[in-house]
Amino acid sequence: MKEVRINGVSTTVADGTTVAAAILNAVTEGFRLSVSGERRFPLCGMGTCFECRVTIDGVRHRRSCQTVVENGMEINTD
Amino acid sequence: MSQRLETEILIVGGGAAGLAAAAEAVGKRVTIVDDNPRLGGQIWRAELGQIKSPEARRLIGRLELNEVSVIGNAVVFAASNDRTVLAETPEGRLEIGFDRLISATGARERFLPFPGWTLPNVFGAGGLQALVKGGLNVESKRVVVAGTGPLLLAVADYLKANGARVLVVAEQTPPANLARFGLGLWRHPGKLAQAVGLKRRLGGVKFKAGTWVVAAEGREKLQTVRLSGIDKPIVCDYLACGFHLVPNTELAATLGCEVAAGLVTVDKFQRTSVPNLLCAGEPTGIGGVELALIEGRIAGLAAAGKFEDARRLFSTRKKYRAFAASLDRCYELREEFKNVPQPDTIVCRCEDVKLESLKGFESFRDAKLQTRCGMGPCQGRVCGGATQFLFNWKPDTVRPPIFPVRVEDL
Repeated sequence: MKEVRINGVSTTVADGTTVAAAILNAVTEGFRLSVSGERRFPLCGMGTCFECRVTIDGVRHRRSCQTVVENGMEINTD
Repeated sequence: MSQRLETEILIVGGGAAGLAAAAEAVGKRVTIVDDNPRLGGQIWRAELGQIKSPEARRLIGRLELNEVSVIGNAVVFAASNDRTVLAETPEGRLEIGFDRLISATGARERFLPFPGWTLPNVFGAGGLQALVKGGLNVESKRVVVAGTGPLLLAVADYLKANGARVLVVAEQTPPANLARFGLGLWRHPGKLAQAVGLKRRLGGVKFKAGTWVVAAEGREKLQTVRLSGIDKPIVCDYLACGFHLVPNTELAATLGCEVAAGLVTVDKFQRTSVPNLLCAGEPTGIGGVELALIEGRIAGLAAAGKFEDARRLFSTRKKYRAFAASLDRCYELREEFKNVPQPDTIVCRCEDVKLESLKGFESFRDAKLQTRCGMGPCQGRVCGGATQFLFNWKPDTVRPPIFPVRVEDL
């Protein structure tokens, strides 16, 4: 199991979980706001649509669907 | 920090085609780079880090024997010359020098816009499957699966096996086309067996052919889905929708390979128009895993100079190409879809460009310059397929970087 923080809230997730799945399972607001302010969730799940971008450990625009959780990850959504 | 590595054969994409190519290129220094965290591509995408398919595991086992280097989470975004590509990895920029490159970049789902498709919990069909493989819990979630293509049933089967309640599978293809396609399956016993197995496992799931998504509705998130010919909106948690696949040709195109009608042109040894570049799998034509495997094997053998061994696989490839052509004919998109998006439906999700702002342009290039449609981070990978269908616009020329990268990695 891995311990991560999503928008400041600690959560434990199974090894091999993607950040996108961890966010969806945590029932948070989630993911990004579009250029006109709409709430967006992942679409393609495989790295092409860029809708699932979040900030991971301070690095913005990381694709959460292509990133596997690691212990201590700080994940922040829009 | 920039690093450099040298390899004889560089394979971009560790899905079915790339793995098959690597397994055949024995005796050469082979490196696979892949955007995904694990090998397997989309069809064999790892489930919580574990690859389940015995066939994929067998191939990966052979890579270990052949000492193939694997670099995951690496996005190839440009070529610096005809023997070097640039990749962005979590550790920074990586220059990879090669003698021969096999582009095995696979395909993505085609998405068509409909009212409400930007709502949270509207996913691609393969998209939702990929998320579940990444650990998303769909236990007792109510899911509508809609769109077109053989992937829909495979996704419904996978979701059901993971505890989801699949309410309906809506396939836009008319029942008559599906029946004709089904009758043709006797020529492909393997496919027929797959179809029969799927049908048995999906016994309790409603399947509606000739039915398509008209709208997704909800305030903050998806709440209901409207399907054509069904008055009552369907209450559900998730919508999984995909409209068959679009080949990922961007890498081949940026390397200068000829791309015609959306497909990378290859000769019988899977060689592209550029002498040291080969291509295998979906970028040469959507054909599914069996075709990708055989094309990958041929490309791997050809890249390693084993042309006689490659030649022995031509007849098998021919058989699978015939199957791919019958798929294309069966699942042709229906014209009605052009009337599904409304003037205020967003077409380009990156830049929030609505359908009404896209009317009257001659080409994708024109629309890009005037509206920013296709100019966002996905670089038209989502809206390109849609605008091609809606307006007959050809994809614009590909320019590096073919994926967005950090400025310091350029």
